[in-house]
Amino acid sequence: MMEQWLESTPGWSNIALFFGLGALLLAVVLAFVTYGILAERKVMGFMQGRIGPNQVGGRFGLLQTVADVLKLLLKEDTIPKAADRPLYVLAPIIAFVPSFMVLAVLPFTDAFRFADIGVGLLYYIAVSGLTTVGVVAGGWASNNKYALLGGMRAAAQMISYEIPLVMSALGVVLLAGSMNLVDIVAAQKDVWFIFAQPLAFLIFLIAAVAELNRTPFDLPEAESELVAGFHVEYSGFRWAFFMLAEYVYLFAMAALVTILFLGGWHPVAFLGWIPGAVWFALKFCAVVFVLIWFRATFPRVRADQLMEFAWKVLLPLSLVNIVLTAVVKAWFF
Amino acid sequence: MSNIYANSYLIIFVFLCLGVLLPIGALTAGRWLRPHVPSDAKATTYESGNNPFHDSRVQFQVRYYLFALLFVIFDIETVFLYPWAVVYDQLGLFALVEMIIFIVLLAIGLIYAWKKKVLRWM
Repeated sequence: MMEQWLESTPGWSNIALFFGLGALLLAVVLAFVTYGILAERKVMGFMQGRIGPNQVGGRFGLLQTVADVLKLLLKEDTIPKAADRPLYVLAPIIAFVPSFMVLAVLPFTDAFRFADIGVGLLYYIAVSGLTTVGVVAGGWASNNKYALLGGMRAAAQMISYEIPLVMSALGVVLLAGSMNLVDIVAAQKDVWFIFAQPLAFLIFLIAAVAELNRTPFDLPEAESELVAGFHVEYSGFRWAFFMLAEYVYLFAMAALVTILFLGGWHPVAFLGWIPGAVWFALKFCAVVFVLIWFRATFPRVRADQLMEFAWKVLLPLSLVNIVLTAVVKAWFF
Repeated sequence: MSNIYANSYLIIFVFLCLGVLLPIGALTAGRWLRPHVPSDAKATTYESGNNPFHDSRVQFQVRYYLFALLFVIFDIETVFLYPWAVVYDQLGLFALVEMIIFIVLLAIGLIYAWKKKVLRWM
């Protein structure tokens, strides 16, 4: 279906069609964020021997996040006098837009995918890096000491962990011989790359958690030391867009891990009769669960440990991984 | 082929528009709904209850700058490595040796930075 549309001559009808499909994906992502947050709170409650949300929307608190969002919508929007007003208003938008743009290249199944570009993986990494600009802009524009510290820390962390993230994904590109995410999934028909590239998978997962600013790498928003990091001064829906960007990235990163390492929509062994969409959803949910699990398990690392870990452990390891992969591929294939 | 190319970037453009429209739409809807009662106390900068003193945009740790420089170096390395990885099958052993030399050169740079204590965050 999508292939036919992609092959048709571009025109206004195509724009309208893509706009409708994009809005559909946006709705799906917003639904994921709503229930992802609920799932996170429920799972963390379970892991910490609590109940979690159980009041709004029945026994399972199904409407809790919806209520939270509506509350945020009704919150007064204050902009500090000392803030750089235009930049302050712009920053949440700069942070959010790339998070949605990266979804354009992710193939969810054979049929349910959007843009089919040759540089898919590179596009993802390049565009997702732009969020750092929004974060730094937000921290700087707030003219608040905590916000500025948090913004700078966030930038330092995001650029440091971007290197191992990109380098570990290189092993996958070497094996697949393509940066197109559809081709990468197709190359995993027999062996998933988590088995061919275990080291790369580990590095990628750790770097992904750091890129998502989640525990144990949540220093930019460390509640107990920086109040809230770069978004101290933000309130209401402006704040909500920083959070939304974070959870949309959670969606994107979990989908990317599934595509790069877990074989995308390919089934396990003989269970081919189950449709690819179900397989993708299962793997995707497993990755999201692991990320929530991390959050409930690991203590936050120290700032100096954080930076040294990226440059002294992950980067050399990923370089070794690239050389090893290339040598093995030259010898045996 | 060229249609796929054009349509794909059209989709990315559409996603860009959607990504801009959502915050604008939501913030505009919020403006109609939320209260607006500004006061001087609300407009002050938050500093854990203290009265904020002097501007927060002061001179900053130079270390951030060093890490930014390192980032640029290694990000450019990846820009060279990606095309190499894609066409690696066609290039053969010569490209492998060349790229290993390239990676080793940058690794020496990393070790130099390490020895110079650039990577220490304190």
